[in-house]
Amino acid sequence: MIRSITQIKPLEEIERLLEGLGRVFIIGCGTCATLTQTGGSPEVEAMKGQLSEKGKVITGVTVVPVACDHLTGQILNDIATPLKQADALLVMSCAFGVQTIAHQMGKTVIPALNTLFIGRETGAGEFNESCNQCGTCVIGETGGICPVTACHKGLVNGPCGGTNNGKCEIDSDKDCAWTAIYNRLTQLGRLDSMRRYQKPRNHLGEPSPGKFRIPV
Amino acid sequence: MPSAFKKALDSGKFIVTCEAAPSKGTNLEKMKHHIELLKDKVDAMNVTDHQSSVMRYPSLGGAILVKELGGEPILQMTCRDRNRMALQADLLFASSRGVNNVLCLTGDSVMLGDHKQAKPVFDLDSSQLVAAVRTMEKGRDMAGNELDGGVRFCAGAIVTPEANPIEPQLIKFEKKLEAGAEFIQTQAVYDMENFKKFMEYARQFPVKILAGIILLTSAPMARFMNKNVAGVRVPEELIDEMASAPKGGALNKGIEIAGRMVRQIKEEKICDGVHIMAIGKEEKVVDIMQAAGLL
Repeated sequence: MIRSITQIKPLEEIERLLEGLGRVFIIGCGTCATLTQTGGSPEVEAMKGQLSEKGKVITGVTVVPVACDHLTGQILNDIATPLKQADALLVMSCAFGVQTIAHQMGKTVIPALNTLFIGRETGAGEFNESCNQCGTCVIGETGGICPVTACHKGLVNGPCGGTNNGKCEIDSDKDCAWTAIYNRLTQLGRLDSMRRYQKPRNHLGEPSPGKFRIPV
Repeated sequence: MPSAFKKALDSGKFIVTCEAAPSKGTNLEKMKHHIELLKDKVDAMNVTDHQSSVMRYPSLGGAILVKELGGEPILQMTCRDRNRMALQADLLFASSRGVNNVLCLTGDSVMLGDHKQAKPVFDLDSSQLVAAVRTMEKGRDMAGNELDGGVRFCAGAIVTPEANPIEPQLIKFEKKLEAGAEFIQTQAVYDMENFKKFMEYARQFPVKILAGIILLTSAPMARFMNKNVAGVRVPEELIDEMASAPKGGALNKGIEIAGRMVRQIKEEKICDGVHIMAIGKEEKVVDIMQAAGLL
């Protein structure tokens, strides 16, 4: 299942964003942010403690099931009073949830997390980015591994000179996409597709901001 | 008209290239000094493009300087900082100023340099940049529009013979040749037996290959490269040899080793020439060439 992978912002940044906003209502998310341990119940409680220590009045906390869902607005409206008392809503979900709540609630919304990438859980507590929604999918020729995402430089014609023992030049903990693609294509007997020269990419698969309507 | 470097490549002589590293700032005296010292001794001088992703005076400015001082520049261009429009524009600029050799590189990650939060570009890769040069030589830009006044370049690329695993690297190497690379400057090689094996493979292609020689300055520097520089492997015997140098004599030992490797490559005709990188010690290129019996 795809997951929105987040990281808690440094407390100093959250404090700066909350400057002049004394009363805060904290909202966590029961889906991705709970899985990544960045916006589940324990993290919401910890944030409550930290901000109380810094002198903030926490008017209430909640963890909504799916922050990015349309139903979030209704759920939050049910706890109207503590929410209305707050100067700001501190949202511990990914940016999809933050934007959903900002749109639905008409209140000042402060994100407590940074959204790192859309990824998959590939092991216990480990998440990897596997698609960055470029709009021009190339993985039919790369053994189902995306070089646009999995290669730090998004190279489509093979590895750079920084590849080292199957790892990336920026981090020995990150795999070299092209070593993985080479190995996969070798297994599949399809190395010829790696030998094919790929033209420069079309970077406008869907011009940003993306918008899609089901054709009628 | 082919560039002087292209003529040298085609002449069949043993080629020597070196580097001229642009400065951090506008004081170009050191670079000028290196250019003056080396321009008549080597066949061409590579001008590096924000080497190791450290922001510097631009490679194109440096290449024009080499030209103005009477040298033969090889413009290094990475795909890290410019999209295809900016790269093509700089190729036009280079051509208009008589800079007619280009080395096409992917470029290091910005994260390895001094502007770690900069936006990386990588709109093209190195093989696509070589192809872009060839497209422009036919009088059109990458979008197919006609150019008013064309370009002509001797275009090259790099390969890492010590890469592990080597096979994906060789596939990329072949793509660069198919795209039109005329010469290859390799990442540093120290293990001549391994390099000979690479050359046995590479000889099947009609391309000139210049072996990368990085001057060793001390045993710890060699160990540092082994640990931190992808695709560079200094064998233990060479590290021991560096360590055996008398106190204060490590640099001379490094010059001796580099000279010995250059001499071996030339005498055994292992490849077509050498690209000497004396990172920060460019004046020592003269000593290396002397040690190799080239001067």
